[in-house]
Amino acid sequence: MSSDSYIKRKNRPLQVYAVIFLIVLYVPVLFLPLFSFNDSLYVRFPLKGFTWQWYGELFEREPVWSALMNSIKIGAAVSVLSTAMGVFAAKAITRYRIPGRGPLVGFIMLPLVVPLIIFGVALLVLLSQLGVPLSLYTVALGHMIICLPFAVATLIPRFEGFDKSIEEASADLGENAWWTFWRVTLPMVLPGVIASLMLTFTVSFDEFILAFFLSGTQPTLPMYIWGQLRFPQEFPSILALASMIIAMSFIVVFIGMWINRGASFGAVKGDET
Amino acid sequence: MSDQTLPNADIPERGATRPGAITRLLHKSEALRGASLLSPALLFLGVAILVPFGILVVMSFWTPAGFDFDTTFTLDNYREVMERPIYGALLERSLWISGIATVATVILCYPMAYYVAFHVHRNKMMWIVLMTLPFWTSYLLRVFAWKVVLGYEGVINSALMTAGLIEAPLEFLLYSQEAVIITLAHAWAAFAILPLYVSLEKIDRSLLEAATDLGDGPVMRFLRVTLPLSLPGVISASLLIFIPTTGDYITPALLGGPDGAMIGNLIQKQFGPINDWPMGATLSIVLMLLIASICALFILLILFIRKRIA
Repeated sequence: MSSDSYIKRKNRPLQVYAVIFLIVLYVPVLFLPLFSFNDSLYVRFPLKGFTWQWYGELFEREPVWSALMNSIKIGAAVSVLSTAMGVFAAKAITRYRIPGRGPLVGFIMLPLVVPLIIFGVALLVLLSQLGVPLSLYTVALGHMIICLPFAVATLIPRFEGFDKSIEEASADLGENAWWTFWRVTLPMVLPGVIASLMLTFTVSFDEFILAFFLSGTQPTLPMYIWGQLRFPQEFPSILALASMIIAMSFIVVFIGMWINRGASFGAVKGDET
Repeated sequence: MSDQTLPNADIPERGATRPGAITRLLHKSEALRGASLLSPALLFLGVAILVPFGILVVMSFWTPAGFDFDTTFTLDNYREVMERPIYGALLERSLWISGIATVATVILCYPMAYYVAFHVHRNKMMWIVLMTLPFWTSYLLRVFAWKVVLGYEGVINSALMTAGLIEAPLEFLLYSQEAVIITLAHAWAAFAILPLYVSLEKIDRSLLEAATDLGDGPVMRFLRVTLPLSLPGVISASLLIFIPTTGDYITPALLGGPDGAMIGNLIQKQFGPINDWPMGATLSIVLMLLIASICALFILLILFIRKRIA
């Protein structure tokens, strides 16, 4: 038996495991849309019948719309700001020899790992000591902390992926650094920028803990959902709302990842584009 | 990360046009240019992370006084955390729950990452996107989905009852430590898969061939080559899950009930209903210190084991 055949050989049990794994990964989430169309106030089997009622109800609710607008405002601001900072940071990290780069990158990625409740609490304490009232701005400030590492992580592979000599050529042809950035670098990393905008928007839009600690009187959409979870009679409408949010998140993230696919995850082998 | 771009890193600046004094300085120094690009992000994170942490540490030495704080320095909060059993018990339970969730997630995700790294040859990207996609959607809603699945009248109970397999709903499904562990393992799977996949993908295939040629069977080959080489992935996956889940709030709040409550819930209570902010700050600091020391121990242990094997 040649060693080559070992590596290429199919492993049936592992394949079955992988398929089951994916099913288990998705099925719990899919129960939300399933029951959101169920014509019953109770979330349980057997299913009663198909209805759009819970979706229709949502559209007439004023608080849902205002919470949605709050989330969109914060998401838009946060995604643009964190992506802008992320572009410069990713360029600096990949292009220049910076002393202590490893620890610096680690510091930027820290918010991905530290429990968010700690950030929420720490920012809350700071803001209250400074006398800053809680508002959508403070929520956006909190979201910036978690979106920045996502932006940097999305953009770094893009910067690593492109040929540095193109930038050098631009410089040789007399463009200054600023124009080189606008006319050469940015177009090259544009897929990464778009992906970063979409991913950070989703992260901010879906984030709950920081909003929980840092929002004032205006709730974001996840905060609104959290508030409604206490009322059993609201369950079906929340299922409908949750289904729409999850569907939108899936679509936005999928498109974002697909746009950026050539660069993601350390350039996946065997899938060149 | 991009070490291959470094050796000729100072060439491009030469072609630039005649710059002003500051620009000239920037052009001369690699580090300075890099630092100036990095500075907005670092400055922001520095202010938004370090300053609040500083205040948090300071506040942990205060005590509440009516609606305000008594700002005289005292270690009373830390003493109370040590002495009152409720704090220790909750901390211990949090570490225990997320420890089990971490081990379960890493063990369950390893074969999956292994499969994609070694046995998927076409559409690898598709598999990775599929595995990580749910992770990007709302954490709150994914936990909520588990509440729907595990609830007293939820998917599992009502399905089993409709099928006539059980008479009354199984009560242990919701509001238990098990429910919290299952949900955490499910929700953080992507955090385990990515580092595991990256470390497995990096393994040089010729090492496996060499092991085979030298007479190792599949099991020995895995134990002696693949597993040790993927150890960095296992370590980072474990840390990436253990650290954030220990302080998790949403999952224990929605699915834990009284038995499954974790330290995150108590911290939130200190800032909410109990209204003892200094104690909340103290608990946060203690939690961070505990996590940091456990992670340090874990890394030392792994390094020690690796030295013994090698």
